[in-house]
Formats: sequence, structure tokens, C-alpha cells
Amino acid sequence: MTKTTTENAKHSGTGAERSASRKNIGLWTLFHKEMSDHIRSRRFLLILALVVITGFSSLYGALENISSVAADGGDFIFLKLFTTSGSAIPSFASFIALLGPFVGLALGFDAINSEQNSGTLNRLLSQPIYRDSVINGKFLAGSAIIFIMIFVMGGMVSAIGLLAIGIPPSPEEVGRILVFLFFTSVYICFWLALSILFSVLCRHAATSALSVIACWLFFTIFLSLLASIIAAAMYPLDGYLALFNMMDYYSCELFINRLSPYYLYGEAVSTILNPGVRSIGIVTTSQLEGAIAGYLPFGQSLLLVWPHLVAMCAMTLAAFVISYLRFMRREIRAS
Amino acid sequence: MAARPMIEISGLTKQYGEKTAVDHLNLTIYQGEIFGLLGPNGAGKTTTTLMLTGLTEPTEGTAFIDGRDCIRSPLEVKRIVGYMPDNVGFYPDLTGRENLRFTAALNGLGKQETEERIGRLLARTGLTEAGDQKVGTYSRGMRQRLGVADVLMKDPSVIIMDEPTLGIDPEGMRQLIALIRDLAKTEGRTILISSHQLYQVQQICDRVGLFVGGHLTACGTIEELAEQTREDNRYLTEIRVAGGGDALTRLLRDVPGVLSVGRENHLFMVGSHSDITDALVDTIRANGYSLISLRPRGGDLDEIYRRYFEKAGHDYDKDNNRKRKAFWNRS
Repeated sequence: MTKTTTENAKHSGTGAERSASRKNIGLWTLFHKEMSDHIRSRRFLLILALVVITGFSSLYGALENISSVAADGGDFIFLKLFTTSGSAIPSFASFIALLGPFVGLALGFDAINSEQNSGTLNRLLSQPIYRDSVINGKFLAGSAIIFIMIFVMGGMVSAIGLLAIGIPPSPEEVGRILVFLFFTSVYICFWLALSILFSVLCRHAATSALSVIACWLFFTIFLSLLASIIAAAMYPLDGYLALFNMMDYYSCELFINRLSPYYLYGEAVSTILNPGVRSIGIVTTSQLEGAIAGYLPFGQSLLLVWPHLVAMCAMTLAAFVISYLRFMRREIRAS
Repeated sequence: MAARPMIEISGLTKQYGEKTAVDHLNLTIYQGEIFGLLGPNGAGKTTTTLMLTGLTEPTEGTAFIDGRDCIRSPLEVKRIVGYMPDNVGFYPDLTGRENLRFTAALNGLGKQETEERIGRLLARTGLTEAGDQKVGTYSRGMRQRLGVADVLMKDPSVIIMDEPTLGIDPEGMRQLIALIRDLAKTEGRTILISSHQLYQVQQICDRVGLFVGGHLTACGTIEELAEQTREDNRYLTEIRVAGGGDALTRLLRDVPGVLSVGRENHLFMVGSHSDITDALVDTIRANGYSLISLRPRGGDLDEIYRRYFEKAGHDYDKDNNRKRKAFWNRS
């Protein structure tokens, strides 16, 4: 039997009201402490500086090229701030997709194991708080920091972009930017949950950091390579076989690619920020025949990326639930 | 001591896979008492303290602290129990005061009460000046004292300390012992100390329990334990005399009741069936020797401890031998 069950049993028993307020005290105290720890920590400031610098350099690159882009297609110029890449600098959206995991990593990789190694964990747990308050508080504080940081960043980039290009965004563009920022936050929260998971599983902070980096490399680089290899092995495209297997090959590759949060995020963001994207699956030429080129309405774009959001939330929750269970069941030994 | 029982443990057992860390432990500790849980490393002391604070689930058995079930309602217990783990840790980037403030917040104390209590406890543990320094700069002894202050933040009626005296210098030890005694005797708190440092335990504890291989092999006051071990043993008296020689050995051997006399320079070891200290002193004085010191052996924990180990040695398997030796070297 784990402690959750016993503590919850107690929770519903006598004095439930009092314990409920107590629980909040424990959770909120930890939440506040974690928040202030993060904000003061040098590590966080470093990663924040990195993100800000890349954010502004990509904005600079976008501003360089935006006039030529605007000349090509006239609509949704404000959104192009986020998706246009400079001559040498990738766009804001692709930068965030690449660097976001590091923010999550920096916030979570030593969440639990550093507490345990410095001997503060059993002192913390001997206070009258529920054990899950510790891990919940850490995750909530990290997520809150991420949301604040991403929305502030988005606001700053938009504000400077507005000053620079002088074209105000339409309500639809504002909506799309907000959804983009929300997706980004959820995406980074996934990496936070993953690094908290490794901080529960690994005893040393360095091991857990390396594990998260390994996951990041795997998802961003190797999974797409692996996807084409597996797809090619299952549906060979040699010679006349290509005629039969082409469709299966691409759907298999797409399926494997979509296991990666990096790919999911990239797909979702390009759909949101580019109303010209009308489909994210495989489209045959015959399906396109007679189609009129036009922009997808905001609502339809959202419908397209809804499964991506659900998948990213599910991945985040799965990582968090595993770390939660492992943390609740672990033996708290001194040192 | 006719006080009410504060800690009641019965049949408490903890198994880690095949290994039984604590085996059907029964123990009652009364209010205002300082109880010392003694044993070598790996005897199950820490496991017992963890089970009492609800940090580990026992395999079977029950434990109650002040009538609250340690297993079923750990939160209630944690509210009245202060636990100081061995090698107590603090957040190094926060000051001592901030660390205490955090503990106070976790216990739901009000702002004013918190500040007042922090000031009082820092003064009491001698950390008033260091209170605003970061804990990362603290010495081991200061951290230990901050640990005591931290435990007292919630004003607990029961305090459990795991190896509180480990790694403290003698002066710090003396202060800590005075503080612990004060907590129990003046303020009526119940204190459970787990340790393998016999001398410190001997100095402060009202009662001690000897813990070997998950079993409580003996329990009682130090005098009681000494009495129990003496039953099947002789009295042994250690005498130091200025200028004593073989002549004195012969004289001592003639004292009625003396069984054996051993000599090592000026140190004589006299074995007897009963307490014959007076007769020995008389003999030494009457023959013009000057007595430097006289000490009955077997009354201190070291001796008691060794005897209990000898007794328990039979039903104790061989691989524990190494552990026991390591323990001896340390004590």
C-alpha cells in the first residue's frame, strides 16, 4: 500500500476541512519557494538570456526579409514575424522548437534528486505536508514559470515587431499568436515533465540532465532518420514496388515521426502560424484537383492541430504520472 | 517515571525483500524522557525512526505517538513530531533565517509568530549572528544547530534525532547535550535519540535500548543494564596508585573477597565477587600508598554493550561479525 492511499483515506476522514486547508498551505508554500528559487537561480537567468537573445536575433532576421515576403503574398504579415527566417538565422518558431527543451531541462533536471542528495528531502517530508505536494509544487512552479516566460517573450517580440513594421495585427492574427504561445508552453512543459521524471529515476543530477539531452537528440534528430529507415524496410520503394507502397510508406513515416513531440510541435505551429497550410496529412494530386487556393479560417486551423495538442498534453501527463508514482512509492532513506 | 506513554511501538517489523531490518520491535517511551536507541550501523535504527515519522511503511505492527497512529495518519503525527535526520540538509542558497521561515510556512505558522519564534530559536542555538548568512557557508556544527532550531520551529512534543552528535566538536557537543537535556527536563518534550556514539548517549539518556540486527536485545536505565550484565560476571575494579609495585599486588591479593589482581605499571585490576571498594581503599591507605583513581569497571555503556554482544553473539550470524568489529573500532 502506498502512502497516497493512506493519506487520502485520512484526508476524507475526520477533520477533512482542516486538512484540506493544510494541504493547500503545503502545496502553495512549496510552489512559492520553487518559483522564487527559479527566478533567482543563475541557471534560469542564463537560459532566459539565451532564449531572449535567440528570440531577438530571429526577429531581426525576420525584419530583414519581411518586406520581400510581404511583397509576395499580401496577407497575415504580422504572423510572418514568427515564421520568416533571416538570411542566416532560423525563424522564431523553429528556434523555440529547438531551444524550448533546454528551458524545460534547466527547470526540472535536478528537481527531486538534488533535494535527496543534499538531505533536504527527508527534512521536507517530515513536515506536516502530503508527499505529493513536493512533486506537484515543483511541476506547477516550473509550468507557471514557463507560461509566464513564453507569453512575455511573445508579447515582446510582437511589440517590437509592431514598432518595426507598423502594421497592426488583425484579431485573427492575435488569436493565432496566442494559440502559438500556448502550444509552445505546453511543448516546453512536456520537457519539464520529462526532466522531472529523470530527476526521480536518476540519483545524480548529471545523469538525469544527460538522459534528457539524449531524449532531446533522439526526438529532434534520430527519430526522423529512424522513421524513414523503418518505413523503407516495411514498404520498400524499389522499382515497381513503389507504385504499391508509396502511400503506405509515407503514412508509416508520418506516423513514426509524430511520436516525437518536436515533430508534433513543428507541425502544429506551422499550421497555426501559416493560414496557407490546409492539410497536414498526405494529399494526392487528384484530391487537389480543382481546389481553390485560399486561407484556412482560424477555427479550421485549430481543428487541424487539436489532436496535436491532445497528444502533447497526454505525453506531458504520462511523464508526470510516471514520476509521480515513482516518487510516491520510493523509500525515503537517509542519504 | 510515572508519566504517560508518548511513543508506543508494538510488533513493528520492516522487511526489505529478504532482509528484515526491524524485527517485531516493542517499545514504550514516556513523556519527558530521553531515550537512546543504540546499535551498530545497519541495525535498523534509522528504519525505526523513519517508520515513526511515517516516511516508511512498516511491513507489520503498529506505532502510536501520543495516541496518533504513525501509519494511518502520518500527517497528524508529523504535526507533533520533530524529526532531525542524520546529516541534516538545508537549502544552501538561502540564509539560516530563510530556511527556518520556509519550515514555519510549511507548518502553517502566522507571520508574526514565525519571526518571533525564529529570533528565539536562533538565540537559543547560538546562531543569531549567523542567521542572515547563507547556509552554504555554515560549518557542520552550525548546520547541526540549525537542524535543532528547525526541529523546534513547529514546537513539537516529541523529537526524534538520528545521530545528532555526529561530527560535532567537543564544545558543540556539550552545548547540544545541555540543550537536549533542557528540552526534555524543563519543557517536558519526549526525545528519542538514535546513535552509535556510546559516551554521548550515556551522558544524556534516561533509558537506552540496545538494538542489534533488528532486535531490541536490552532496554532499561544504564544502572539496570549494568546490574543485568553483572549477574553472571564478577566485579572488576580499576585502581591507579602512585608508586605501587609487586608488593601492593600481594597486599591486594590478601584482601578478603579478592579473586584476582592484575598489574600493568601503576594500574591494578582487581576482580571480586562483591563490591569491596572500601576494603581495597583501606588496604591501600593503610600501607602508605597514595590513591590516584579508583573506578568500578562494567558500569559504563561500553562494557554493557560488549557483554550484550557476547550474549547475543550465538544467534547472530557470521557476516555480521565484520560490521560489529567496525562498530567497535568507532566506539
